[in-house]
Amino acid sequence: MAFNDETRKVFAEEIQRIKDDGLYKEKRFICSEQGAEIVVEYPEGAPRRKVLNFCANNYLGLSSHPEVIKAAHEGLDSRGYGMSSVRFICGTQDIHRELQDKMSAFLGMEDTLLFPSCMDANSGVFEAILGQNDVIIADRLIHASLVDGIRLCSAEYDTFKHMNMKHLEKKLELHQDKRTRLVVTDGVFSMDGDLAPLDEMVALCDKYDAMLLVDDSHATGFIGKTGRGTHEHFGVMDGVDVITTTFGKGLGGASGGCVSGRRELVELCRQKARPYLFSNSLAPPIVSASIKVIDLISRSTERRDKLEWNTNYFRGKMEKIGLNIRPGETPIVPVMLYNAKLANDMARDMYAEGIYVIGFFFPVVPAGKARIRVQLSAAHEREHIDKCVEAFGKVGEKYGILGLSKEEIIARYGT
Amino acid sequence: MDEMKDVVLQYVIDEYLEEDEEDEVTYDSPLISSGIVDSFSMVSLKKFLENKYKVKLPDEEATPEAFDTVNSICALVKKHMG
Repeated sequence: MAFNDETRKVFAEEIQRIKDDGLYKEKRFICSEQGAEIVVEYPEGAPRRKVLNFCANNYLGLSSHPEVIKAAHEGLDSRGYGMSSVRFICGTQDIHRELQDKMSAFLGMEDTLLFPSCMDANSGVFEAILGQNDVIIADRLIHASLVDGIRLCSAEYDTFKHMNMKHLEKKLELHQDKRTRLVVTDGVFSMDGDLAPLDEMVALCDKYDAMLLVDDSHATGFIGKTGRGTHEHFGVMDGVDVITTTFGKGLGGASGGCVSGRRELVELCRQKARPYLFSNSLAPPIVSASIKVIDLISRSTERRDKLEWNTNYFRGKMEKIGLNIRPGETPIVPVMLYNAKLANDMARDMYAEGIYVIGFFFPVVPAGKARIRVQLSAAHEREHIDKCVEAFGKVGEKYGILGLSKEEIIARYGT
Repeated sequence: MDEMKDVVLQYVIDEYLEEDEEDEVTYDSPLISSGIVDSFSMVSLKKFLENKYKVKLPDEEATPEAFDTVNSICALVKKHMG
């Protein structure tokens, strides 16, 4: 079938439906390196302007760090540009092994396997380690990549209410007849910024003989006193069986992910995980730069400490001006607006004030829980945060929501 | 049938709503299109229905549309109870 006018119409109509539903993702171009201050072309074709970036996953501010860039250059010079191979044929260099070993040591795990992304790690891990006699019991708000991976696996799956330990216990009791049970959660949930109670989850997994898998993509490098992640934060470094995480967020932000955990589970991924077996090896400059990142954050907690200070400073100031933020302690700070149009309009006005943030609404977050998600970075300076809060104050005042409770905002704007 | 509706409604409330949730769910409340039940979490509801009413609900019929209200869920189960 040729791609004729009729065929084109089929797809054009689907795109139109996405637009009609208000779900169309517009193009936004960053015309500078990633950082606290970026140059943006938005909408497409508009004049470029310098704005402060409060929506990147650049938690540790390492995306454009000079030492990381230098390490990437060194990797390029010493190990080349690409591997032109999957890992198990001729795509594994000594530096891939070095990065895996460093990640195992950093996360306190027995072994680690690199993947092209954490999306790939999550797609591959379940199918590699579980079969039809097993069950996966997942928090309902886990990341989409975990959902995809779980659906690709022949194991039965079930879900529990978000961070509801009573409900998890009920499900663990229900599935005692299975060969193995694997409980799955995000360490830090990307939309709400809340921390999964891993101490309670580890205790339940012990009680009901279950394994625990944590996607710590929004935690590795900065959650916990030395940045090891959510398991460090809750003092259960030995209680988590598998961690999946990314190099694409706090750890330099380029790409790549990994599965880290019990030796046999990682070995099964090495033998069976399809995204590992059938996808190209992580490029040498990225591997080399990621090694440098792990060295930097193992040597000093300065960057995660600064991020923690920035987070507390921002949260405190936002509460003071009377905006409704979800309480918490992570650098993901949802400014709750409940109404999708209000979230979109305010994000647009924030951009006009020189602050780059994005509105999120259903189906990305539950209906009636629209928000602007702010993400802090160690790259932010105090004056950046002051400017962001000032802009929120100005825009919040324009919409008359300062000091209003959830109910009052909903009464004025609906959900 | 009415008894089935009550059983399914109670399951939905227990399984999907938080204790402090204000939403009032009735036989006709949209469950999936409103976001109360997402397609990922729907699996436990399907399993519950199959076990409780000793039916097999084919995947191609257990669609988000068919699972959108307690009424439509009961109609689907009833159809397969024969």
